[in-house]
Amino acid sequence: MYTQAMDTLREEGGQPVLRTAEEAALQQRFDQRIDAGDFIEAKDWMPENYRKTLLRQISQHAHSEIVGMLPEGNWITRAPTLKRKAILLAKVQDEGGHGLYLYAAAETLGTSRDQMLDALHTGKAKYSSIFNYPTLTWADVGAIGWLVDGAAIMNQVPICRCSYAPYARAMVRICREESFHQRQGYDSLLVMMKNGTEAQKAMVQDAVNRWWWPCLMMFGPPDDQSPNSAQGMRWGIKRVSNDTLRQKFVDAAAQQAAVLGVTFPDPDLRWNEESQHWDYGAIDWSEFWRVVGGDGPCNRERLADRVQAWEEGEWVREAALAHARKSELKEAA
Amino acid sequence: MSDTNSEWPLWEVFVRSKAGLDHKHCGSLHAADARMAVQMARDVYTRRQEGSSVWVVRSDQIIASDPGDKDMYFDPAEDKVYRHPTFYKLPDSVDHM
Repeated sequence: MYTQAMDTLREEGGQPVLRTAEEAALQQRFDQRIDAGDFIEAKDWMPENYRKTLLRQISQHAHSEIVGMLPEGNWITRAPTLKRKAILLAKVQDEGGHGLYLYAAAETLGTSRDQMLDALHTGKAKYSSIFNYPTLTWADVGAIGWLVDGAAIMNQVPICRCSYAPYARAMVRICREESFHQRQGYDSLLVMMKNGTEAQKAMVQDAVNRWWWPCLMMFGPPDDQSPNSAQGMRWGIKRVSNDTLRQKFVDAAAQQAAVLGVTFPDPDLRWNEESQHWDYGAIDWSEFWRVVGGDGPCNRERLADRVQAWEEGEWVREAALAHARKSELKEAA
Repeated sequence: MSDTNSEWPLWEVFVRSKAGLDHKHCGSLHAADARMAVQMARDVYTRRQEGSSVWVVRSDQIIASDPGDKDMYFDPAEDKVYRHPTFYKLPDSVDHM
């Protein structure tokens, strides 16, 4: 699963003001390493803005994985067969694992796990707004796998080459596992479209209708409205532009939809012989900003669920730590 | 909310992918004690049979070289090409030595 390109939230600021000659030399060496395609490790010197940008992006990404467990977790107890339940459990467990890889990567930048969770729970940190949409039917689970994870993979593959090595390593691991997520979703929809009743086919089409536009928004605002993308590119954090990735996704999805036998809710979607790409209609960015801003269908519910899980787990965390300390004392005695 | 003192300590995880190979560092995790760290390492890092053995070690127990000393530390080996077998050009007839 994935966080959308949200680091374009206009907070990045410009180049830091350099104070000393030593710092200027460090900055120059850092720039040279980035230009040479070197990886930056946790203990290497890095500009403060580079650190801040990464911390925000990686922690948002981690939050997205964890919050992303909620919409699908909604269907674990109601999966139609034991096979689908086992698959969904494995997928949701993967999302939890992905969150953990990413939190660990973000922690190397000098912020504790608890600080990051606190930022999520108090609403200071964002997560991908795709998870603020509800999963109304079983077909939504398949549509999330096919389209949401499909968009996530498009977004994530370039991050495997991110200049910050702990993030890149986490992404390599995630991408390796993510492919099954998309395939199982498509497979589940395919079964319904090929063998299902008319009502089941209509359910698939309805799910696709609801997820299509939010998925296109996952790639972030258009390039000409992403003023900080250039800095991300300069730093080797961002490798491919939002619009390029979005087009790649549309091209792939259009073909997959034809095989599946569903349509996308976009009358302007058509093959362009000249550009050799699929043209698509205008995206309603006011909806995107509304959901990012907190006013999506499930924002309050998702955050409340996370806060509740954290608070109800507090005694477990405390007890485990108390037990560990007591055992240590006993061993020492 | 919570203060950082109540956070479970950080552990580094090393996984042996199959018998005969080295344990390799694969990531880190938080756990209250060693036993929990091993169990969680299994769940987080070997969900697809990536390992046949797991090591965990408290992150604060690892002593690392200073990245700032990298050149001073490792460059002296750079000009000692005679440590590599390819440095020695032998007649073709015995070159597979």
